[in-house]
Amino acid sequence: MKSKDRNYFKILRAGINTTYQDLGRNNLYHIGIPFSGAMDKRNFQLLNSLLQNDYNSPVIEFAYQGPHLKYFGKDIFFCISGNVSFKIITKEGVIDGNSYQCYLLKNGDEVDIHSTNKSVYGYFSINGTFGVDYYWGSCSINTQAQIGPNNGNKFSKDLEIEIIDINNSFNKRKLDYLGSTIENIRVIKGTNYDYFSESSQNKFFKESFKITKLSDRMGMRLEGPKIENIVDPNIKSEGLVKGVIQITSAGDPIIMLSDHGTIGGYPKIATVISADYDRLVQLTPGSNIKFKDVSLEDAETLYKLYQMETNNLISQIK
Amino acid sequence: MIKNILNLGDAALYCDFGSDVNQEINSNVIKYFYRIKKLNLRGITNLTPSYNKLIISYDLNIHSFLSLKKKIENIEIKENNKLEKNLIKIPVCCDNNFALDIKRVENKLKLKSEIILEKFFSKNYFCYMTGFVAGMPFLGDLNQEMRLKRLETPRVKVPKGSVGITEQFCNIYTFETPGGWNILGNTPQNIFDTSNQSNPNLVNPGDTIKFYRITLDQYNEIKR
Repeated sequence: MKSKDRNYFKILRAGINTTYQDLGRNNLYHIGIPFSGAMDKRNFQLLNSLLQNDYNSPVIEFAYQGPHLKYFGKDIFFCISGNVSFKIITKEGVIDGNSYQCYLLKNGDEVDIHSTNKSVYGYFSINGTFGVDYYWGSCSINTQAQIGPNNGNKFSKDLEIEIIDINNSFNKRKLDYLGSTIENIRVIKGTNYDYFSESSQNKFFKESFKITKLSDRMGMRLEGPKIENIVDPNIKSEGLVKGVIQITSAGDPIIMLSDHGTIGGYPKIATVISADYDRLVQLTPGSNIKFKDVSLEDAETLYKLYQMETNNLISQIK
Repeated sequence: MIKNILNLGDAALYCDFGSDVNQEINSNVIKYFYRIKKLNLRGITNLTPSYNKLIISYDLNIHSFLSLKKKIENIEIKENNKLEKNLIKIPVCCDNNFALDIKRVENKLKLKSEIILEKFFSKNYFCYMTGFVAGMPFLGDLNQEMRLKRLETPRVKVPKGSVGITEQFCNIYTFETPGGWNILGNTPQNIFDTSNQSNPNLVNPGDTIKFYRITLDQYNEIKR
């Protein structure tokens, strides 16, 4: 491709854990490959809706600090979702950008994504399509198994992000949304709930747990009251799903997140309900959380309500 | 018919085939796994067979627990449905650089290293499941006198290709990952191939594995 025909971003600073993500890959747990995909699905969905992209278009996910990007090519719009601080640097000057609002970029303009605020993940995309390779139907990068575009690695400085298609009929859009946070994480009791002493079961729901720094796309480690196992610190290894809370031999909870190992041998005390997953992953290390017990029927209803809320937000984009 | 189906969270069925680990129970898990996979039911997003459980993840927008449970528990498997078994031969080098835990195993089992390796290579192993990390096979069963526990402190990094044992099982580390199994050697063979999208796993549940011993020279030859 001749360089004058190319549309691309050059990465001046990669940020932390910057990767391509989409909805992830299905039906591969049995060979050891997790779903992956955007951690916060609501913000992923809102971003593609704002940019009028296909619902499963690739976006760029970052954690804590985002990338600093310089654009080369013909006029393009970009948008950021999540609670994110960023600057747009053009020949006319520097302005602070707002999440959930589309901005025009011209050749030579820059976007400097400083940080996510009181949250972990943010998302960046354009009114068009990034040039990515697909692995098992998904472009999500799983850095642990090195699966996905960029050889399964996170972005690094000087990498060039190709854009293969720009939607020329795009109209600038925005959404007034302040994000949604949560205090209690709702869970359903796990298949090994009775492995734990009654006083530990009570502590699990009454006391709070702190999210440690040992948290990433694979899992979230918590510390708090030790959970006492009265049966066996191990079970015969079996399948896991995202949101499962295992108790390690040391008595600490660890929550499985989108890139988790597909099989595990620690007892499962509970599982985070689907309705609370997007907000769980946005909680930063140092935050305290409390777990609240709900029934399976309530969890199913709460998920429907959460999806209705997301669809309602999408309908408010104008 | 699957008798015992619980829920794992709000978006997965937890099918319990029993509490023991043996090839009969596991073969039943694997038969149902292949049968359900073949049905290609809409809204099923993952199937995870293990020793004695099958976990079925589903899209909450399409199914609820009770409706899917009803569908799954009534699936029958014909009596004459035999599990397809492939025999796969895998070379292993037990050079000192690779057999990271051979001293520990000698001490724990009170056997000489040559005897340990002879026993290890004399048996064929059955693949119960694959997973944890991409393509990692969980194989069994080791002879009674070959069984020992995991390392007290797991390694932060187990080299790719390491072949390890613990309790009645052995496995192959398909990627460099943390792990606590007792490492007896290393295979130069690629067990998981990302570029092979249709069948990335060399070993699949139900397969039989025959390990054979190679020298360091042969190892380097295959690696090259």
